[in-house]
Amino acid sequence: MNLYWSVLTVLTLLGITAPVALAFGFAGASAARSAFAPLRWIGKTYIAIVRGVPDIAFFLFFVIALDQAIEYLRHRALCPDWSEPVRQGNDFVVCQAAKMPLGEAPQWVHETYGFSIAVLTFAIVYGAFAANVLFGAMRAVPHAQLETAAAYGMSTRQTFWRVLVPQMWVFALPGLSNLWMLLIKATPLLFLLGVEDVVYWARELGGSKTPRFTDYPHGDWRMWYFLALLVFYLAFTRVSEVVLDRLMARLTHGQATAAGEAQRKAA
Amino acid sequence: MSCWQTIQDYGLRAVGYGERLLPREDFTLCEQFTLIGSGMIWNVYFGFFALLAGFFLATAVGVGKASSNRLIRKSASWFIFVFRGSPLFIQFFFGYFLFLTLKSNYAFFDPFTAAWLGALIVLFLNTSAYAGEIFYGALQSIPKGDTEAADAYGLTGWKRFKRVIWPTMLRLAWPAYTNEAIFLFHSTTLVFLTGFPAWQQRGDALYYAQYFADKTFNPFIPYPILAGYFIVLTLIVISLFGLINRRLNRHLPQGQRPKLRLRPNLIR
Repeated sequence: MNLYWSVLTVLTLLGITAPVALAFGFAGASAARSAFAPLRWIGKTYIAIVRGVPDIAFFLFFVIALDQAIEYLRHRALCPDWSEPVRQGNDFVVCQAAKMPLGEAPQWVHETYGFSIAVLTFAIVYGAFAANVLFGAMRAVPHAQLETAAAYGMSTRQTFWRVLVPQMWVFALPGLSNLWMLLIKATPLLFLLGVEDVVYWARELGGSKTPRFTDYPHGDWRMWYFLALLVFYLAFTRVSEVVLDRLMARLTHGQATAAGEAQRKAA
Repeated sequence: MSCWQTIQDYGLRAVGYGERLLPREDFTLCEQFTLIGSGMIWNVYFGFFALLAGFFLATAVGVGKASSNRLIRKSASWFIFVFRGSPLFIQFFFGYFLFLTLKSNYAFFDPFTAAWLGALIVLFLNTSAYAGEIFYGALQSIPKGDTEAADAYGLTGWKRFKRVIWPTMLRLAWPAYTNEAIFLFHSTTLVFLTGFPAWQQRGDALYYAQYFADKTFNPFIPYPILAGYFIVLTLIVISLFGLINRRLNRHLPQGQRPKLRLRPNLIR
């Protein structure tokens, strides 16, 4: 039963992370295009920082770093008269009230908290990748379109929302669909973040069971469980490919690109 | 303890030489640098051998996918789809447990459950699939004129492949293949996070970085060190592949030589 729940966990993670990462990416790409220099630097740094380093390191890093940042902020807000330093040698110490989640909180709060941290981590890392894709897509929109918008007297903001954003998706979609595939394949990493996901349960349930502890004793079945996971991911990738191809065909409709032209001729 | 002493003790710890016990308390920067650096030996080992062996299988798979024989084409496409369509993380797990099951039946598979061989095989197959797809793409985009010229010179079969098709394929594929290499080195960090045990705490760079982060509750030192090591490794890979790229394109005039455009992949 838990295995099925964990599949749902994975799907939920994908469902939440994809839009959040897209939002992060959109914000990052808009910031990188901004006319205001500091904002532009922030956007560009955000895009640049994730490259060149194994993403696993990022996942492991962000989870602890985010956790500690939240606890530290709560510590400053809730316990102003705490005199000892937070970092004592090898220990990270905050007052009881600042623990996140609270020590006496029920189990589900702990699990939800861990899950949200994981989602946030995924969103930050994939947001940077999405920002990169969207930044490229925004630059790929023909410049004449923007000039025309300016000639019609649209303000910068109007141009951005009414001309640039609707047209950029067709350029962004190949990159974004790549990213979606990557996101699917990154979900087993949840396991590393301490969430009880499919990998965890495949290991737990697949291990040898003796008749003493369970009604269904069996040998070491972990190989078969992981084979099932492998097939699950393959099927998921395949379905996504088909869906994204259709979406691309729809978005291409009526666009001034080579593919759009081909579609027009075929019709 | 001086830093030099630490390097002597822990410099080769990842392969089992030097001090047996890992440092337990009062971690110094020097210890972290040395141990994480020592773990890099494994990352380089996995990456290097998987790439070296994978290159040949990848060529075979790439040519196979472009083959006119239906059976060969289908099997090559399926190989690529299976390894590119599923997460490497799951592949490692599956590989480990597969070898574990085989080992309990046949003694021959004993070394396969150890990381040095088992993980290498998984990485080898994985990189072959990714690079195979790259080579297939390059084969498809070989200029028609090149093959026609080969035909006009009367080159056929193996000679045509070796003299014309294969070099052109490599030339076209090289930038993407460089990305794949960088990416493979990054994914070597997954090995010890999956089933493969780090025997006697001989792990890779991430294993030690995680060790320090767990012991000190401070991710802000070991992970940036790890990142630094990987950036250096990436730069080395880029410069080596750049040299090969230069050699592959040595017949072209200076201005026309394609530069390596690097767009690293994200995850597999």
